[in-house]
Amino acid sequence: MPDSPMMELAEPGTQPEYYFPPYVSTIARSPRMPLVLLPRTQMERSGPVFGQGLIGEHDNDLTVHHAGDPIGERILVHGRVLDQDGRPVRGALVEVWQANAAGRYRHKVDTYNAPLDPNFSGAGRTFTDEKGYYWFKTIKPGPYPWGNHHNAWRPSHIHFSLFGSGILSRLVTQMYFPGDPLQPLDPIFNSIPDAAARARLISNLDMDRSESNYMLAYKWDIVLRGHVDTPFGEGHQ
Amino acid sequence: MSNNSLRIPASSQTVGPYFRIGLGYLMNRNPVPSIVSAGMIEIRGRVLDRDGVPVPDAMLEFLSGGGARRLLDGNETESGIPEGFRRVATDDKGEFALTIARPAAETPSDAHFLVLVFARGLLRHLISRMYLGDEARNDNDAVFLRVPPDRRATLIARADEKQAGLYWWDVVLQGTNETVFFAW
Repeated sequence: MPDSPMMELAEPGTQPEYYFPPYVSTIARSPRMPLVLLPRTQMERSGPVFGQGLIGEHDNDLTVHHAGDPIGERILVHGRVLDQDGRPVRGALVEVWQANAAGRYRHKVDTYNAPLDPNFSGAGRTFTDEKGYYWFKTIKPGPYPWGNHHNAWRPSHIHFSLFGSGILSRLVTQMYFPGDPLQPLDPIFNSIPDAAARARLISNLDMDRSESNYMLAYKWDIVLRGHVDTPFGEGHQ
Repeated sequence: MSNNSLRIPASSQTVGPYFRIGLGYLMNRNPVPSIVSAGMIEIRGRVLDRDGVPVPDAMLEFLSGGGARRLLDGNETESGIPEGFRRVATDDKGEFALTIARPAAETPSDAHFLVLVFARGLLRHLISRMYLGDEARNDNDAVFLRVPPDRRATLIARADEKQAGLYWWDVVLQGTNETVFFAW
């Protein structure tokens, strides 16, 4: 018998391996020694709580931070953050960053010869509401080339960073768009072995939330690892 | 136990090289590392790859152990960032520096940090722990005992000989002296 219950591991195939040679940067940066199993401790169940002052009023609208409108397809990206039981994760910090419509990041190491947009920075953040709901208004990011292999192009994507309840629910990932022909060619997207798991990173076109003559909407629900703590007296389990 | 009713967590993807765009705001609000106030310690180190090459685009998140809610509650601080949580990125030399609350150690084994490591080339973040070299560790620490004895040193931060409250700890992603990482 083990001395204490061990932490659960991810469902096989649903998470990338650290060593994935088609994504060349993994080769010298992936651990090779055996990963050590963690027993369940209070430490791993706890996590940071961020004060409301961390987020400004317009931090989830990436289109209003400069004098003019950014170039590109204006879109709404929205959805719910859920735990493994399907319950809403309330107050989750959701952070995003992305390239502009031309596929260029506002970052010193991005040397792609595509224009920066003076009206687009590409960063956003928000807390989920009582229903675990979040939304961002932004511009659809363009695909862009990268140095992984000859003629390598990343599919359009938005980077997401999430804190749920407890540090083990921490997730950094990327949201993709439906119907992008670059997805089957992308080593980062295809580092996830399971096809259904890959598909869960692709948002859905949402005509119900699209606005006529204004913007399309994409819906993306995100399941975080773990189980939201049930308040005393609620009677769950 | 049946897992049928459980939803499968979303897959991880790399943080990539451009994470400062969206994640840097929280690093910038951290106190200046040279100012170490009461109850805080300073941690300095490097992130290295298989070849000992510094990794200039890694991000670390530290969480103080000990289970003290106060240290993890950002509503208690002006910045909104808990004193027991820090996010920091490596610079062009692969070096990082931060100040963070010393763990609320009721037992010696609480004197540690949980550390998450993100980088271009890491498709999932890594989870490690950092113990303070000048704190006695509990021989019954369930996590420490899980680590093969010859690898435990990779989890221990060295106390600076001259400056009190300063610790040195490198993260080695692969190869000789590879840091111990935990499965998740």
